[in-house]
Amino acid sequence: MHAALRSTTLPRRAIAALTLLLASVASAGSPSQVPDTMAQRMQPCSACHGKEGRATQQGFFPRIAGKPAGYLYNQLDNFRSGRRAYPTMTYFVEQMSDDYLHEIAGYFAALDLPYAPPQTTNAPPDEIARGETLVRRGDGEHGIPACTQCHGAAMTGVLPAIPGLLGLPRGYLVEQFGAWRTGQRKALAPDCMAKVATTLTPADITAVATWLSSQPVAQGPAVADSLARPLPLACGSVPP
Amino acid sequence: MTMRLRVGLALAALLLAGAALVAWLNVRGEDALVGDANSFVATPEQVARGAYLARAGNCAACHTDRGGAAMAGGKGIATPFGTVYASNLTPDARTGIGTWSAAQFWRAMHNGRSADGRLLYPAFPYPNFTEITRADSDALLAWLRAQVPVTQVNRAHALRFPYNLQASLAVWRALFFKPGVYEPVVERSVQWNRGAYLVRSLGHCAACHSPRNAFGATRDSLELSGGLIPLQNWYAPSLASPVEAGVADWSSTDVAALLKTGLTSHGAALGPMAEVVFRSTQYLSDADVAAMAEFLKSLPQSPPHALTVAQIGKDVRAHGQALYKDHCAACHGDDGQGGAGPNGVVYAPLAGNRKVLLETPANLIHIVVNGGFPPTTAGDPRPYGMPPFGPSLKDEEIAVLASYVRSAWGNAAPAVSTLDVLDAR
Repeated sequence: MHAALRSTTLPRRAIAALTLLLASVASAGSPSQVPDTMAQRMQPCSACHGKEGRATQQGFFPRIAGKPAGYLYNQLDNFRSGRRAYPTMTYFVEQMSDDYLHEIAGYFAALDLPYAPPQTTNAPPDEIARGETLVRRGDGEHGIPACTQCHGAAMTGVLPAIPGLLGLPRGYLVEQFGAWRTGQRKALAPDCMAKVATTLTPADITAVATWLSSQPVAQGPAVADSLARPLPLACGSVPP
Repeated sequence: MTMRLRVGLALAALLLAGAALVAWLNVRGEDALVGDANSFVATPEQVARGAYLARAGNCAACHTDRGGAAMAGGKGIATPFGTVYASNLTPDARTGIGTWSAAQFWRAMHNGRSADGRLLYPAFPYPNFTEITRADSDALLAWLRAQVPVTQVNRAHALRFPYNLQASLAVWRALFFKPGVYEPVVERSVQWNRGAYLVRSLGHCAACHSPRNAFGATRDSLELSGGLIPLQNWYAPSLASPVEAGVADWSSTDVAALLKTGLTSHGAALGPMAEVVFRSTQYLSDADVAAMAEFLKSLPQSPPHALTVAQIGKDVRAHGQALYKDHCAACHGDDGQGGAGPNGVVYAPLAGNRKVLLETPANLIHIVVNGGFPPTTAGDPRPYGMPPFGPSLKDEEIAVLASYVRSAWGNAAPAVSTLDVLDAR
């Protein structure tokens, strides 16, 4: 009795479910047209990097708009190859070809967008001063080159693969130094920034990050075409 | 003889007989190890064939670590019993398989035993590979030998007691593993048999798409009927169900498109399947993909069991609708109709979408939380993607949103709770 009841009701319910499913498939409209653009394809990036990759004033995530294409490609490849570790980034790029990573890097590099006002305000004057000294003159005694020697006199980056460091969140900057010190972030060998990060004291790292994140950025800061002098350290991510 | 002694002796005899049985079951079907490493000389055709087969078997997915040397192993495969580390398959004599004979390699593929006689853990899917032919095994070895030797010592597995013991593995194998040979089904076409061979053996589709028992063994009787991938929170849907991922009603072209490009009018390959398409199936020949399609289309489709679907409340519906409008409608359409780009559908229609309606909401939650891109392939070199909503939406909101999507536009799947979201993310 019980079994008979089950055998008649179950298939009927299953058929009802299936009918409902087929009906819903039939009732769905046809897909709308999606723009055939990189801007549309790169929508997922905005969730963290802000509209068009320009970052936000409050956030942790770095600006990617206007960074040199060579730098952006290196980072995408670093995430794909495990030299950098951030699960969402790895998840996004691990099934992408070199060609597409190059196209993505080129797309964000070509975006010339205004910067938000600086994130850091009211920083202690002595910390700002120490930061500026390190950025502009380095620390010869400890073998630390000035940041400007590689990142450009205006700190807006140098083609093809050295990033500008202005307009980045302070927390992001500090965390990158930390990641280099612990080996969580690596660049192609020889890893020049790992050397710098492990030589700097924690207080100096904070000072540099404070200064960098307190600088206003003029509209459309130009990435420098080339360096005036050779790099002070060997860097695997910068082609000779 | 006292009673106690007699019982003791009987027990000991039983134990011995059991151990002997287990030992015998572990070596049954083994061929004699004939020849040494030098007695196998590969032809260039074998090397080329092996390269193709290594793609079909997706060896690199486990044996090449992220950023590591090709086929040098070291990647950890998380299992419910601990982590198994893939081994170095490069021809390095000391740390790789440079000294292996073709017979030893065949024993590993077919019988799941290493050159030194150790039993191998079935994270290496030899329960599937056992059905590959000796010719394919030799071709794979030929290709592996043509790789750059890399000196990298294998990392010891990190398995918990008692799974770390060879004796436990022997019992597991006695219970759940039997060396097999692919027997062509004569009533079926050559193409169907080729597809069945690829799906069942090298492709090891069952490793994800079949359910596993409490001991981690896939169940043959429920071939490709879907399984939760251990520790990844992805559900590999049933290929034998019309309401999951069965393709009996799909055109062969659509099945082939999914395997070759990762994209079909029904939606894209995401998550673990994106990796399979990216590293493996996109490289398969049109003939092999068509063969797999023919086999998959022929899988007996089990009738869907009825789901108990309770109506979601008015408030939940209104909240979900608002969230959908704010976060989803721009791409998936006001009525869940999806969006089409130059290569066809790029934003999946959500109305009637089987991924959305799966009984377990794990994949839907995963996709909402993490977003993702389908793989780049020759047929879809510049994929569109989905943003991660994990950072911007609360678990409660994701549950409400998922419940709405599962009940709107004629969809009817059980509601998603906040606990489901916590569980899956």
